[in-house]
Amino acid sequence: MFYPVLFLLLLSVVGFYLNKNKSVYLSKNQKLASLPAYYGYLAFLYIFVPAIIIWLGLLIGKSFILQNYLILTLGDSLSVMNSDEINLFMSKVKNLSLGISFGNETDLEKFAAEKIISFDKIFSLLTYLVLTLSSILAFLIARKKVIPNFKSQRTVEKIVNRFIQICSLIAILITLGIFLSLVFETLNFFSYVNPLHFLFGLNWSPNKAFVIDSAETIDKDILRDAFGIIPLLGGTLLIAFLAMIVAIPLGLMSAIYLAEYAPKKIRDFSKPVIEILAGIPTVVYGFFAALVVAPKIVMLGKSMGFEVSSESALAAGLVMGVMIIPFVSSLSDDVINAVPQSLRDGSYALGATKSETIIKVILPSALPGIIGSFLLAISRAIGETMIVVMAASLQANLTINPLEPATTITTQIVTALTGDTEFDNPKTLVAFALGLTLFFITLFLNYFALKIVKKYREIYD
Amino acid sequence: MVNAITTENVNVFYGDKQAINNISLNFLKNKVTALIGPSGCGKSTFLRCLNRMNDVIEICRVEGKISINDQDIYKDQIEVEQLREKVGMVFQKPNPFPKSIYDNVAYGPRIHGFTDKKNEMDEIVATALKKAGLFEEVKDRLNDLGTSLSGGQQQRLCIARAIAVKPEVILMDEPCSALDPIATSIIEELITELKESYTIIIVTHSMQQAARVSDKTAFFHLGNLIEEGDTTKIFTKPDNQKTNDYITGRFG
Repeated sequence: MFYPVLFLLLLSVVGFYLNKNKSVYLSKNQKLASLPAYYGYLAFLYIFVPAIIIWLGLLIGKSFILQNYLILTLGDSLSVMNSDEINLFMSKVKNLSLGISFGNETDLEKFAAEKIISFDKIFSLLTYLVLTLSSILAFLIARKKVIPNFKSQRTVEKIVNRFIQICSLIAILITLGIFLSLVFETLNFFSYVNPLHFLFGLNWSPNKAFVIDSAETIDKDILRDAFGIIPLLGGTLLIAFLAMIVAIPLGLMSAIYLAEYAPKKIRDFSKPVIEILAGIPTVVYGFFAALVVAPKIVMLGKSMGFEVSSESALAAGLVMGVMIIPFVSSLSDDVINAVPQSLRDGSYALGATKSETIIKVILPSALPGIIGSFLLAISRAIGETMIVVMAASLQANLTINPLEPATTITTQIVTALTGDTEFDNPKTLVAFALGLTLFFITLFLNYFALKIVKKYREIYD
Repeated sequence: MVNAITTENVNVFYGDKQAINNISLNFLKNKVTALIGPSGCGKSTFLRCLNRMNDVIEICRVEGKISINDQDIYKDQIEVEQLREKVGMVFQKPNPFPKSIYDNVAYGPRIHGFTDKKNEMDEIVATALKKAGLFEEVKDRLNDLGTSLSGGQQQRLCIARAIAVKPEVILMDEPCSALDPIATSIIEELITELKESYTIIIVTHSMQQAARVSDKTAFFHLGNLIEEGDTTKIFTKPDNQKTNDYITGRFG
């Protein structure tokens, strides 16, 4: 399937050398407007870009052409089928043409499969022919541009520029597309549930919607009370808060040690080791939390006379905190290092000790950046999914007691979209509304974090 | 004439490289001594030995004897924090802390526990700012950030910060190299006033500046002390040919 691309690359490279050689030859007698290689690149791009577009067009159009070709050749026998039957027939015939047989094919299907095989041969031959022709045409055009006063460098740069623009445009469009699909599905959800009931409701029991669905009537009065995000938000914030209690002191202290106290050898060794924590797959943290930490907490709680749930917010929060340590420590380490040495010297020269200098000069100077790193870590904690899916509860529970079970927004999104999903049911659609809420929360946190970090940078530049 | 600082046979090494070769040089009390010489001659390194700022650099090693009031500063007779309380320093680039003007000046006195009383601290800050010739310009905005001042004002703030700790000696490492000519002349006048109360040692690249502000001059070259003496003598009839070449601009 990708041989035509290799073929095209080959043609383009040949074009590159032909054009380059010609311009090298020309440049012996007179000065060209651009370096010879640029005339080569010009030929390469002229050949490759249009041809690859033609190839993509043929690839996409192939099945359409094939279908029409078959209808044309087998016209009468197909005209009795409806569109579903035609689709079934097509996929069966295609499989047969690839040698996948179930032994129950009719003669018509066998005949059609042979037609497809011969069609494929002709089509691929045609593809090569079209590509070759387009390449030759493109090469002739590029060849004509090898004249002394044609600025091929400009043209090449324009094409490359356009290519880069298209790449970034695609990235932006995809982001926008995801965002819009979230928005539309959320609006769809809000046609079942009042947004106010969603944002301020204190009850989360989406299974109510399931019952209603089987009764085939949608009673909005019952839905009112089923999709309140507050218990989820509470659980999310509780677990994120527990995570930050672990991550902020440990992360910040290790950042201070690494940036100010650690000898170079220890720093070079331990910084990457701490950053490995960020590289551990979150699913590993998840079962670590569920299988190791949670039972230990239950045991410890029992020995002290506390009633601890096996799916306590505490276990998920603690492990999530460990996961976030490298975010805090690495970012804080960077901002502490960015405090100019001259400020340290100034403080030492006044007779301050190292710890006085750190507490009174370095940390206050780095504070905005450190807070920025905290905010980024919090937004990471709020968006984290795998740990809470495995270690936190599925049961919504509006509580601030870390020993009780709690669920999070991300966990509920996963629950809503696993298993049988139907997109005309608020139970499923709520995932989009939750996703959009989460998106806005982390967006705001990241925005403020980056703003604070940026403001901090302006002081020293 | 009393010596504020005496140094004997000082050698400084950065790793294997020797930056200062066996220098012995004394600094007179309440005088301005200028250290001059081409870039890389070791004058800044030598200056930083006098308040042990080289301690910060891991690979740096200092040998020899440096004494203040007969206390050897590299022996355990004196803590490095106490030493720096006596020997203040002003750096090449103004480096006020990103704090208010008031807090910048009060930083040293607070660290050394001079006073707990607000009005006494106000007094210390005001006195230091007055001595640094900055008080009139900033008295109405002591709570503004020190970094919001102009370059020359920032450098005077750094001088005020150093003065507030009540040092005996002030080291200045090319204090005017980042300033414009007007700010420079203000600082130079200030130096002349300050020598009434402090011993000043200044490293400078500008020979005119050395000639204008200093009483004594020492000429360094390649880590060696070539010649030292009264500034007028060094700049009019130096004994050494190299000194003559340098001050007449033939090298450096």
